[in-house]
This record gives sequence, structure tokens and C-alpha cells, in this order.
Amino acid sequence: MSKILVGLKRVIDYNVRVRVKPDGSGVVTDGVKMSINPFDEIALEEALRIKEKGGATEVVVASIGPADAQQQLRTGLAMGADRAILVQADAPLEPLAAARVFLKLIEREQPQIVLLGKQGIDDDNNQTGQMLAALWNRPQATFASKVELAGATARVTREVDAGLETIEIDLPAVITTDLRLNEPRYVKLPEIMKAKKKPLDTLTLGDLGVDATPQFKVTHYAPPPPRQKGIMVKDVGELVATLKQKGLIQ
Amino acid sequence: MTKVLVIAEHAGGKLNPATAKCVSCARAIEGAEIHVAVLAADASEVASQAAQLEGVARVLKVEHAANAEPLAAVLAPQIVALAGDYTHLLAPSTTFGKDLMPRVAALLGVGQLSDIMTVERPYRFRRPIYAGNAIITVEAPSDRKLVATVRTASFQAAPNGGNAEIQAVQLNVELPTHTRFVERSAAATGRPDLQTAARVVSGGRALGSEEGFKLIYSLADKLGAAVGASRAAVDAGYAPNDLQVGQTGKIIAPELYIAVGISGAIQHLTGIKDARTIVAINKDPEAPIFEVADIGLVGDLFEVLPELERQLG
Ligand SMILES: Cc1cc2nc3c(=O)[nH]c(=O)nc-3n(C[C@H](O)[C@H](O)[C@H](O)COP(=O)(O)OP(=O)(O)OC[C@H]3O[C@@H](n4cnc5c(N)ncnc54)[C@H](O)[C@@H]3O)c2cc1C
Repeated sequence: MSKILVGLKRVIDYNVRVRVKPDGSGVVTDGVKMSINPFDEIALEEALRIKEKGGATEVVVASIGPADAQQQLRTGLAMGADRAILVQADAPLEPLAAARVFLKLIEREQPQIVLLGKQGIDDDNNQTGQMLAALWNRPQATFASKVELAGATARVTREVDAGLETIEIDLPAVITTDLRLNEPRYVKLPEIMKAKKKPLDTLTLGDLGVDATPQFKVTHYAPPPPRQKGIMVKDVGELVATLKQKGLIQ
Repeated sequence: MTKVLVIAEHAGGKLNPATAKCVSCARAIEGAEIHVAVLAADASEVASQAAQLEGVARVLKVEHAANAEPLAAVLAPQIVALAGDYTHLLAPSTTFGKDLMPRVAALLGVGQLSDIMTVERPYRFRRPIYAGNAIITVEAPSDRKLVATVRTASFQAAPNGGNAEIQAVQLNVELPTHTRFVERSAAATGRPDLQTAARVVSGGRALGSEEGFKLIYSLADKLGAAVGASRAAVDAGYAPNDLQVGQTGKIIAPELYIAVGISGAIQHLTGIKDARTIVAINKDPEAPIFEVADIGLVGDLFEVLPELERQLG
């Protein structure tokens, strides 16, 4: 029985233009569309493909978040996951606490691979997978754009600043996904119906014995500084003249 | 006492310029004594480059055959062994630093702060979230080590002019063998490096093909510029992945950024917020890129680019 555990975070949809509240206390979330973090959707797609090729027997999705994160888990089940776990947490967790939760889930589920998105597009931290691998004392293959399994090892191609890097890791391990790993499938209506019958368990942080007290304090949210209004030029001649005048080209 | 350890990023015996930017961030931490750690198979060249950075008091040279390639699982326990009485551990927010520092932090049992853009106080920082749509002020506890990555586009490189002492350090740490380097394919282009270039020409989906994308290379070469790309252009295979600019690609701060046939999605814009001058060439006058462009030209790139090259002489 080889299992893959996938993390699905509920985040503001990537198409939403996120706005800071006027009093600087946070970002506007009321009435805003929520979705699965795009990197996590890619992680789930990869897990499903591995299972479909016979590389795993079960795909379990887990989300740490509010009760509403069930929606994202249901979507994950409709995509093809076998089972879902909601770890209910009303306040957002810092990555270290999230990693501690996943470590507890690993102890319960004994997965061969944990697939997570490389970053959440909400706080853009890019930490949880690496922290989990450290706590688990297992390999990490971050920013994956290709995953090839070979028995007890995996070959992972990673998107790094210099280009592409390939590493070989022993399993079990944590793999975090980059955008070009795959294109997630669309969910079809019958699957949404079927997904309603798949098991979704709810746990609390207390059940898992994880202390999620944050270490950092966010004291203020500000909108990014605006850029100065630019100018429009009518043709290439004017563009070149403007660039020269600004000393940007000779 | 405030002591900062900067983890050097390097390849092929050369210190990555991101490290000098990290040192600048460290210098913004009041009263900090700054050390740089170079972990390598043979660290001498890189260590002497790091020793020249202004503001660096000491360079720690950690040499081990296992450090030939920067594998986070191998480096992290060594950095933990070095961490001693350092109050702050910093690395650039490059794929190297992002891979490594969370692993270091977790081994130390502390959280990690990503993408420092401003140091307000030794334990108060600003950083972007939501692809740069919000900037948060974060306070960290001063009774724990602060492990962080530095948003390099927010800092100038520390200049040369220093002469730090170089100290070889022997660590007695068991290193894992569960993670093995296989290969790295980096396109040697002979062009300026995207992350440090003063000028960048970037192409989007509108280039239409790998062949079409040659227009971007050609203009870039004329300007001595680096080449960048939108995600759509990379996904479509017109340009390699290491050219992607944006939230999940590279965050850059050139003097001049020319965006050609790029719509200006928020995930792209977050990568170019610190560019001094943004030029946009797009045939759609409503394209969001024009909202951030300093100079905009509405036109068909397939006509504009050849004409632009001609006029540049
Ligand atoms: C989680 C996530 C992360 C992402 N990260 C990134 C990232 O790091 N970087 C990034 O770039 N994107 C990123 N994206 C994708 C982003 O949302 C956009 O889809 C992408 O930037 C669009 O690329 P584009 O501007 O080239 O293509 P399009 O949006 O298709 O724009 C093409 C533009 O070309 C113009 N055009 C067409 N023909 C011509 C012509 N002949 N002459 C002139 N102009 C023409 C059009 O008017 C249009 O504005 C991310 C998305 C997600 C969900």
C-alpha cells in the first residue's frame, strides 16, 4: 500500500485583485472568491497521475483551515483523490506550525510521498514543504517540474534560477511543485456528485497535539507604493527619442 | 550582541551577486557584526570574494566534498552547526535560499521570514504578500534566532572594499546521503544575467513561437540586455524556464525593462515592480501593463520591433 499525501490550501483565487483594508488590518476577504492554491492543484494532479500509472494505491488530500476549506477538499475529491482530511484551524497557521500538522498526518497515514505546492499564493512564503522534510528528517525536492519514480527512489527535475536541476531522492520524501509540472484536469459534474460520498474526516489541532501559536506578529498591512503615471508615445521614433532623453540608451 | 550570518550563494567558484545584496540587508540591521559562510567542496575563491564585501567582518569557510552541489538537505545541518550565537541567519530569496532556509529554520525549531524588503528594526521588517499586492510589517521575537530570506531586488549590492578575515571551520556533522545531485542544465547564453542586468527585454505569449521569440533576443543583443519572458511564453516553450519573470519566476530590478507582447498580469508585474523605467509595447491599448508602464507604445510588435532595431542603428 503506497500512499500519497497532498496538501490543499484554501486561498483567495489567483484572478482576484487583492486589496488591503483601509485601516491596514488585513486584506479584504469578504465576498471574495476562494480556490485551491494553484500549486496545490498541480500537486494533486501529479499524485493522481502517479496513482493512475500504478505508482500509488491511494491519494489522500489534507487541508489546514476553516470549516469552509471542505469546499476545496471536495473539489480535490472530485478531481480523483480517495479521501480527505480537514484539520480545522480558524486562524491561519505559520508554515512551521503547518509543517508540524503535516508531520502528525504523516505519522498517521505513513505516506510514501508528500506532495505540496511550492508556495501559497496568499502569503508567498515558500516554506512548508522544506520545513516538513526537515522535521521528518527526509529528502526534499522543491520546485519540481518533472517527477519520475523508480522503486524506492525518485528523480526530480527542479526549476532553479540557473535552469533545470535534477536530483535523486530516496523515498519517502517531500516534493513541492512548480507550475510546469503538469496541467490539472477539469472536474466533471458526475465526479462532483461522486465526491460527495467520499470520506472527509475532520480533526482539530488539539486532536493532533499541535501548538500553533504564531511566532511572528503582523502589525500592519499596506498597499504597494503606487508607480508614477507614465506617458504614451505615438511611434517608434518618439520611443527612441524619449529613451535617449532619459539617458536610458545612447 | 547582534550577529548576522549570511549564507553565501555561489557556483563555479564565483560568488553570486545576490550574496552582496544580502550583505546590504544585514548592514541595515543596526549594530550587526556580519559574517559570511561559504559552504563548498573548495571554498577558497568564493571566500576571498566574500571577504572583499564591505561590512563583512569574517568569512567562514566550510569545505567538504559533499558540498560540491548546493543540496539543502546536506547544507542545512551544517548551517545549524554554525548557528551558535548568531542572532540572524540570512540567505537570498533565490531558489537556493528558498530551498535551504526553511529547512534550517525548522531544524532550529524556529519560523522563517521570507523576502525581507525593508529592515525597520533588528526584529521588525517589511515583506510582500499576495504577489506584492500588500506589504506587511512583521515583528519577530527577539529571543529567538531570526532565519530569513532577503528579497534581493530591494537591496543594492554591498560594494567591494572590505578585507575580512577568512577562517576555516571544521564541522563534525553527520550528512545525509538520501539526496543526490544528478545534473544541472543551464543554457550558457553569453548574454547578461537576468537577475543582475541593467537592461532587460521580455517577451510574452504574443511572440507566438520559439522562432518569433528571436525578435526579443535580437533586440536584447542590440541593447546589451538580458532576456526575460512571461509565464505564458515559457509554458508555450518559446523561452526556457530560467527566463521567467514574476511571482514564481525571478524578481528583478533593472534600470530599463521592456515588456513586449505581455499583458501585465499581477503575477508578472510583481517581478518588475522595482524596475526603474518600464517600457510596454502592446497592441491592446487596454492592456494592464500600460497602468504600470513609464513609457507605453500601442502597436503590433512584429512591426514595432524591427523598426525599433533599425532606429537604434
Ligand atoms: C500561481 C500563478 C503564478 C504565476 N506566476 C507567473 C510569473 O511568475 N510570471 C508570469 O509572467 N506569469 C505568471 N503567471 C501567469 C499570469 O497570470 C499570466 O497568465 C501570464 O503572465 C500571461 O502572459 P502574457 O502576458 O505573455 O500572455 P497574455 O496575457 O496572453 O498576453 C499577451 C499580450 O500580448 C498582446 N499582443 C498580442 N499580439 C500582439 C502583437 N502582435 N503585438 C503586440 N502585442 C500583442 C496582447 O494584447 C496581450 O496583452 C502565474 C499564474 C498563476 C496562476
